[in-house]
Amino acid sequence: MLSYLLRRLGLAAITIWAITLVTFVIIQLPPGDFVDAYVAQASAMGTAISAEEAHALRLLYGLDQPLWVQYVKWLGLVAHGEFGQSFEYGRPVSEVIGDRIWLTVALSLGSILVTWGLALPIGIYSAVRQYSFGDYLFTFIGFVGLAVPSFLLALIIMYVGFRYFGMNVGGLFSSEQALAPWSWAKLWDLMGHLPLPILVLSLPGIAQLVRIMRANLLDELRKPYVVTARARGLAERRVILKYPVRAALNPFASTIGYLLPFTVSGSIIVSVVLSLPTVGPLLLRSLISQDMLLGSTIILLLGILTVIGTLLSDFLLMWIDPRIRHGQH
Amino acid sequence: MSDATLPFVTEAENRVAVATQRQLIWWRFRRHKLAMVSGVIVVLFYLVAIFADFLAYAAPFETQASRSYIPPQGIHFFTPDGSLEPYVYAMKGKRDPKTFKLAYVPDPSTIRPVRLFAHGYAYNFLGLIPTDRHLLGVDGGKPEEVLFLLGTDQLGRDLFSRLVLATRTSLTIGLVGVSLSLMLGVLLGGISGLYGGWVDTVIQRVIEILRSVPTIPLWMGLAAAVPASWPPQKVYFAITIIISLIGWTELARVVRGRFLALREEDFITAAELCGASRLRIIFRHMVPSFLSHIIAAISLALPAMIISETTLSFLGLGLRPPAISWGVLLQDAQNLQTLGLAPWLLVAAVPVIVVILAFNFLGDGLRDAADPYG
Repeated sequence: MLSYLLRRLGLAAITIWAITLVTFVIIQLPPGDFVDAYVAQASAMGTAISAEEAHALRLLYGLDQPLWVQYVKWLGLVAHGEFGQSFEYGRPVSEVIGDRIWLTVALSLGSILVTWGLALPIGIYSAVRQYSFGDYLFTFIGFVGLAVPSFLLALIIMYVGFRYFGMNVGGLFSSEQALAPWSWAKLWDLMGHLPLPILVLSLPGIAQLVRIMRANLLDELRKPYVVTARARGLAERRVILKYPVRAALNPFASTIGYLLPFTVSGSIIVSVVLSLPTVGPLLLRSLISQDMLLGSTIILLLGILTVIGTLLSDFLLMWIDPRIRHGQH
Repeated sequence: MSDATLPFVTEAENRVAVATQRQLIWWRFRRHKLAMVSGVIVVLFYLVAIFADFLAYAAPFETQASRSYIPPQGIHFFTPDGSLEPYVYAMKGKRDPKTFKLAYVPDPSTIRPVRLFAHGYAYNFLGLIPTDRHLLGVDGGKPEEVLFLLGTDQLGRDLFSRLVLATRTSLTIGLVGVSLSLMLGVLLGGISGLYGGWVDTVIQRVIEILRSVPTIPLWMGLAAAVPASWPPQKVYFAITIIISLIGWTELARVVRGRFLALREEDFITAAELCGASRLRIIFRHMVPSFLSHIIAAISLALPAMIISETTLSFLGLGLRPPAISWGVLLQDAQNLQTLGLAPWLLVAAVPVIVVILAFNFLGDGLRDAADPYG
């Protein structure tokens, strides 16, 4: 058990290191740096920036040094929780990101909880009542959830909400609360706006899990021990929930590592479409304007939070599932 | 005594006993009705992609500001006297008396007959034969001016023609991306499964790391690195490479799994004992028996590729205009103002959903059939 724990921790550390490296390289890939983009933008606006000024800017931001120096410098700052200055906003990156990262976390976690909360009962229902109307309905919804990319689903829901219900479904706060400081009223406002994006975000995951859960439980239900349990007169509820469901729960355990990154990925796009104040729209903007430190910080934070989330869920599973605990994994 | 004369063996069983693996797979696949239908749909989509220029009737880049946001116009099939002669109304510019805005509306006084195999804009059929024949066209005038099966976009370009041409881009990018992923996946998965040991461990850890990172931000970062000045073809290949760089992990997993399973099989041991070379064992004995699994994995990987490209292009980080793909078309439908004004722009969502569903069902059917002995 200890070795399992250590192996997981080690892998998480390597993953985080890989993320820092890859994100840094990614943002370095485009030809030209922020100053080039800034000069181009300024000249498009009608103001010219001289070569000396550009050079001074490069010195100021340390862009004249070799890449690995920039990387090490950046890494050292990151370790202290200093993410540097956003070129575009002229403010510290941590300030620009602000609450947005926590809203992203809230959105992703909420979606995961909803995914499990809905996939489990629906999967059980679909397997126990195989080929019933409800089973077909959920299968159909499941296929739609699998086939419709999340941005398209968000787009369609936004259009339907606007066209047929006359409401604007975008955003996470109503206009009067958007800029207000945190208060109970604002939190309540957030709670009212969260369900729709969460539903959009969790549908593909639900679809996938229901399909796996249904197939696994069907396999389990055909096994002789279920017949034995019935023959011994156990209540139907107990027959199903006590053993077959627990055995069929395995996919929930094995998919958790992929569900979290998948959901975080989806949240970026859904946020862009529904203009949610998460890091999604910010990331898109920073990448388009080549705001290197802001973009890499967002990718880094998303990656690290995902790795930590996966690690925590791994430990949780180890605690729940004796098969992992006793090293038969 | 041959099998055919054995008692108690039915005709059907006999047929199964002597069938080749390929026949068994086909029989199993044929039972999956949904997969059969999906297979036909996929083939139709690829036919559209091949003959896109012929099916499109309007030059995809011909803009005309005055024709912006014309709603879809149907074809009238019967003339008022009841004879079958398809026609459309000509469009006439009309100024709104209140807003003074010029709007194009159908003009019932002028009709334009719709013709099959009519002349339109010039193109190279299958990229080889210069021609100007299109499936649809109109008599007396350019189709760009009167034929609007799915309406027009902001710049007055015909949506139907652009959608047909977008099908070509979006479907081929999936194919190219899958081929690249397949190469990476077979190579790394094969090495991993064949050699085992520390090589296997390293490759498995790399896959694990790649899969535990949110892919969309990573893709966005990579795609944003594609210079804006690149020509469309170069961007196309860059995006394909980016998508397949992360998409190979699933294929590698399948290949490795098959290699591991087959390594223990008796017929492989037998081949080894007979002194067959490693390459011969791989290509003569192993590959044929897991080829079907690979094909199934491919047809499940294709829709993921298509979704990736569509998503990236939709965000403005993938293919960029003048390239036309489903994602590029959907980018126009991004905000509520536009959608309220021109809801038909969302029509590009339909082929995306249909193709992805079809590929998923096809892949399911193929996966079930891949192992006909199971």
